[in-house]
Amino acid sequence: MSSVAHAEGHDHKPEGFLNRWLFTTNHKDIGTLYLVFSLTMFIIGGAMAMVIRAELFMPGMQLVDPAFFNQMTTMHALIMVFGAVMPAFVGLANWMIPMMIGAPDMALPRMNNWSFWILPFAFTMLLSTLFMDGGAPAAGWTLYPPLVLQGGNSFAFAIFAVHLLGISSIMGAINIIATILNLRAPGMNLLNMPLFVWTWLITAFLLIAVMPVLAGGVTMLLTDKFFGTSFFNAAGGGDPVMYQHIFWFFGHPEVYIMILPAFGVVSEILPTFSRKPLFGYTSMVYASASIAFLSFIVWSHHMFTVGMPLGGELFFMYATMVIAVPTGVKIFNWVATMWKGAMTFETPMLFAIGFVIMFTIGGFSGLMLAIAPADFQYHDTYFVVAHFHYVLVTGAVFAIMAGVYYWLPKWTGHMYDERLGKIHFWWSTIAVNVLFFPQHFLGLAGMPRRIPDYSLQFAEFNMISSIGGFAFGLAQIFFVYIVWKTVKGGQPAEARAWEGAKGLEWTVPSPAPHHTFETPPEIKPDMIAHPSNAH
Amino acid sequence: MDTDNRDANRVLARKLTWAAVLMFGFGFALWPLYTVFCNITGINGKTGRVSEQEIQTMGLDPNRVVTVHFDGTVNSRLPWQFKPNQFSMEVHPGQLYEASYHARNRGQDVIVGNAVPSLAPSEAALYFNKTECFCFTAQKLEAGEEKDMPLRFIIDPSLPAEIHEVTLSYTFFKNDEQSQQAHQHQTAGQPGNG
Repeated sequence: MSSVAHAEGHDHKPEGFLNRWLFTTNHKDIGTLYLVFSLTMFIIGGAMAMVIRAELFMPGMQLVDPAFFNQMTTMHALIMVFGAVMPAFVGLANWMIPMMIGAPDMALPRMNNWSFWILPFAFTMLLSTLFMDGGAPAAGWTLYPPLVLQGGNSFAFAIFAVHLLGISSIMGAINIIATILNLRAPGMNLLNMPLFVWTWLITAFLLIAVMPVLAGGVTMLLTDKFFGTSFFNAAGGGDPVMYQHIFWFFGHPEVYIMILPAFGVVSEILPTFSRKPLFGYTSMVYASASIAFLSFIVWSHHMFTVGMPLGGELFFMYATMVIAVPTGVKIFNWVATMWKGAMTFETPMLFAIGFVIMFTIGGFSGLMLAIAPADFQYHDTYFVVAHFHYVLVTGAVFAIMAGVYYWLPKWTGHMYDERLGKIHFWWSTIAVNVLFFPQHFLGLAGMPRRIPDYSLQFAEFNMISSIGGFAFGLAQIFFVYIVWKTVKGGQPAEARAWEGAKGLEWTVPSPAPHHTFETPPEIKPDMIAHPSNAH
Repeated sequence: MDTDNRDANRVLARKLTWAAVLMFGFGFALWPLYTVFCNITGINGKTGRVSEQEIQTMGLDPNRVVTVHFDGTVNSRLPWQFKPNQFSMEVHPGQLYEASYHARNRGQDVIVGNAVPSLAPSEAALYFNKTECFCFTAQKLEAGEEKDMPLRFIIDPSLPAEIHEVTLSYTFFKNDEQSQQAHQHQTAGQPGNG
């Protein structure tokens, strides 16, 4: 039965709410669940950021006590990293990868259901620590000992939540790899795949390699606290710095787990609205793979100040700077894709261009931090906060929003309101720069991160930053409204919602029927974006 | 989905699961790996231990002088006073020297502590060896008790030529388990308390 026949009525959606959502094995429904869950977590984590910015609005202690402030910074990070950004990309992968490679569904649909439904339980556990004796973990998302071991027993809940998140991510990654390697339609070779599929394939391997290491590290924390081991306890012969080495062996690949799929999304959008094929497709694939490889050998640049020998500092400094080369290749290719293109500036394109510019700002501040002698000054200051928010908010989150606007017509069958989308983009972009740009100056002037109070000379920039923060938060409520409005109605979307869009996902009707490509499509060169790379 | 795909998916999923399990093991293996790496390179500042026989083979270098600074701190959970009896010494590589620290228990209870050494610069740690040290074993101090704690050290003459000064630092940590045992032992031994 062809997918067109499906669109004409028989969609075979399961009856009843529980059957449809709780027991679903459909990649589109699970993708929706992931995206809705991620948006919920984005709002919760955002609310915590609002508490942080409200406390930092003025010098002195106003609203919350320091212990709660530390819980807010820790939980904000854990929720945004594991609850908002990562599930959002898994949601995009679930929705789009099968449709992009002409597969009927994910390779392991039941595991797919399981990997999503673990998440609500994990985050219920994590969030419940806020209401327990001693409160939520408050030592930062990196959970450094000995500080993190000095909190309450609610710590065990946080650790098990991290375990569950790891299991969920690993299962999601296994599923994505199996789908990409086994279920591609005939004629869809590896080097014909859209770049979003490529970056996710690489990301999935990163996830399988490093999430278990994090699980091991936090398990050692757990046994140190509750079972008398001394992995990180100096009194018992352990070494607290060891934890940092184990954590960042996970932590650095983790930052690429959060940005590689963003590269993929942007590499889909820029060609569509430039009406030109992506410049340097093959070099994009190799650049992504080299970034992934390099991410394993740079972890100690997070710990330049622990007292490493000079040789170590030099190695990690240069290795980190080498990452700028493949990243530079990507930025160059994106700019070259737009060069002399017939560009239009619909909302997804605006977010994608915003991504290219502002992610580059974050990349450059990363290069500054990579300089070991300079890092002694920047370490644990607001400069670091500014850096990773540029790469994670204007990088990863902007790419997710670009992707949502880009594929929303395919998901809902409606065009979003272009005027509102543009307002959302400009509102967010101005607010996010008011929010994070002054933090560079605060950091260079020496304001430490994770402290609820600050000295008077930092007052103006903090107030500006907080105003930007509130405005950015409000803009995202507006985003929720735009998405809601599009789900409810709007101008009907065509199958190829954007006239310059290439790829198999645009050959199925909008909204995409419940089942697509039950028989593999016959791929013709004009259907896909990269037909010439077949070998 | 046909059966071929189904089998292929299962095989691949199984392989990838094994990869994840292996990486979980690797996370734990990192601990001994890092420890071995640090011992070989000495980069965590942990000093070495040698026997009296071994030091006979080291040649004395009377023309070279290395200044050793001493430093002592206690972890905040340990109510001890702890400081070196000498702030620095000028020593010749290849010769055995003795230095000492002074510790006093300011608490109300018997406490057992462990001292953890650290040497800076860490490049010198491989060449700084001790034949005897209070850090080799746990130290017990009764409430109010004070004592001198000796160490005997020797610097290997093959210490890199550019190093002229080293700082030896000890941090005393409370040994919770043994402190509790010592405390129980003491209260059990007192008449009328059992």
